[in-house]
Amino acid sequence: MAGKAVIARAQKNVVPGGTGARRSLYWHYMVEPFLYLSPMILLIGSVMLMPLVIGVSYSFQAIELLNPFDTGWVGFENYQKLWTDRKFWIALENTFFWTFWSIFFQFFLGLGLAMLLNTQFFGKKLFQALVFLPWAVPTFLSALTWAWLFNPVIGPIPHWLAALGVLSEPYNILGDPDLAIWGPITANIWFGVPFFAITLLAALQSIPGELYEAAEIDGASAWQSFTKITLPFLAPMIAITVMLRTIWIANFADLIFVMTGGGPANSTQILSTYIFTTAFRKLDFGYASTIAVALLIILLAYAVILLWMRRRLVKI
Amino acid sequence: MANIACSSRRHPALAIGKYAAIAFYLGFALFPLYWLMKIAVTPDALIFSEGTRMLPSAVTFENFATVLFETEFLAYFRNSLTVSLGTAFFTTLIAAGAGYAFSRFVFAGKRIIIGVMLITQMFPLLMIIAPIYKIVADLGLLNSLTSLIVVYTAFNIPFATFLMQSFFDGIPKDLEEAAMMDGCTRFQALRTVVFPLTLPGLGATLGFVFTAAWSELLFALMLISKNDAMTFPVGLLTFVSKFSVDWGQMMAAGVLALVPSCLFFIFIQRYLVQGLTSGAVKG
Repeated sequence: MAGKAVIARAQKNVVPGGTGARRSLYWHYMVEPFLYLSPMILLIGSVMLMPLVIGVSYSFQAIELLNPFDTGWVGFENYQKLWTDRKFWIALENTFFWTFWSIFFQFFLGLGLAMLLNTQFFGKKLFQALVFLPWAVPTFLSALTWAWLFNPVIGPIPHWLAALGVLSEPYNILGDPDLAIWGPITANIWFGVPFFAITLLAALQSIPGELYEAAEIDGASAWQSFTKITLPFLAPMIAITVMLRTIWIANFADLIFVMTGGGPANSTQILSTYIFTTAFRKLDFGYASTIAVALLIILLAYAVILLWMRRRLVKI
Repeated sequence: MANIACSSRRHPALAIGKYAAIAFYLGFALFPLYWLMKIAVTPDALIFSEGTRMLPSAVTFENFATVLFETEFLAYFRNSLTVSLGTAFFTTLIAAGAGYAFSRFVFAGKRIIIGVMLITQMFPLLMIIAPIYKIVADLGLLNSLTSLIVVYTAFNIPFATFLMQSFFDGIPKDLEEAAMMDGCTRFQALRTVVFPLTLPGLGATLGFVFTAAWSELLFALMLISKNDAMTFPVGLLTFVSKFSVDWGQMMAAGVLALVPSCLFFIFIQRYLVQGLTSGAVKG
């Protein structure tokens, strides 16, 4: 008896691919990682993926909380309504305007800041902490702060613009349909520059310094080393951050919601604020989900195009 | 690294430009916050007449006292603190486990799970706002802080996991293997060897998630409608519309709203920048 047990134990320890080793492999590849992962999978599945599927299904239903007896599957009716909804097209155009100009200024100011932070100067640590501060300001508070700055009663901006001759008199820009969108865009730039600066700074610091030294020895100008070394090295990072930030900004409703609420006359209504007001002012969840699906499709198309361009254009 | 410093040493004009740029960024970043504080400490009677004056001619802390002791401000503050701390704690705990698994294991379905997590970062969160509202309402959990914590935790997990993974990636695998060689179980090795080294990462993740939860507005606006369960952003918004004539009080409330996230930010700033620059977002 004892002898058999010893032999069995010896086999277990020695023979590779025996049951013990296989069980340990199985444990290591199939079970143990999932012990660490299961809470995450459970939460993401139940709070994000399941509602996503339900949300897509809502877009094919009529679900109005104010009209609870008239619910049910309606096929593509919501989508037909979307096609003829003038507010949707205005919101779509505003979404492009808002996203493009926010990204444009955030990116170029962020790149400038990153390049500045990649040099040495007196008080750099303090400078970095201070210029990154807007990122720590809660977005609802950034929105309120900028709304206050744009208010002619307590804010200086209308007065400055009037002094510069941009405005005929210091009035509330956020109430002017032609200019109102620039209020939230300014707040967004203020809030978003630090993030671009951090990610681009990370990329800048990964460029080997020898490249610049070699370029300098060869007599390259600062502009040449920027366009021939810095930009190509930054390109992959630029592509990925611009993509993620575009999607994020297109979805970002807080600033507009607080500063203008989509008004005046829908001039600052973007798709995400339109989704929110449709869902929670009109309580029309079916139609809100339809707008959300449209936004999702647009963003997916954008991401696919950008990733394809990245593969085509970026060599590294 | 010092390449641009070199070129500015060669051209004095570039050095001047550089300091002009520094001044510009500082002004742009700090002026709105300065203005917020300026109005908050200006006596009510002077707010209109001061106009665009840069320095207030008198200073008062009356607005802060009123906001703190005569409004629901402290209740909002407490609710937000509960939600943000709860979210930060659970998110970091779960993300640390998931990040560790991504960093150390090769397993079936790994690419699929990472892909799904990336997709959750890409689809509009507003897409799921209506279904979540219905689910929470059907469960009878509207106006509960718990439902906010669960939703926020789920939202923050993907990014927090990537962040934690990059911190674990920065810790050599040999360390825990050596500990396991010496007879520790994996869990013991984790606790005694890996955990102390991840503290900065845990701190950065905690701080990041805390600030994200502290400033979330739309889901809080949607799930909370009772005054006594309101979080800070929602409370402040209703507060602002209720007191819309009293600029001084609004600004004082704004300054107070800024305090916790700025304290956290100063505390974690170094870790966060370090973490982000050392790999989390290196594409």
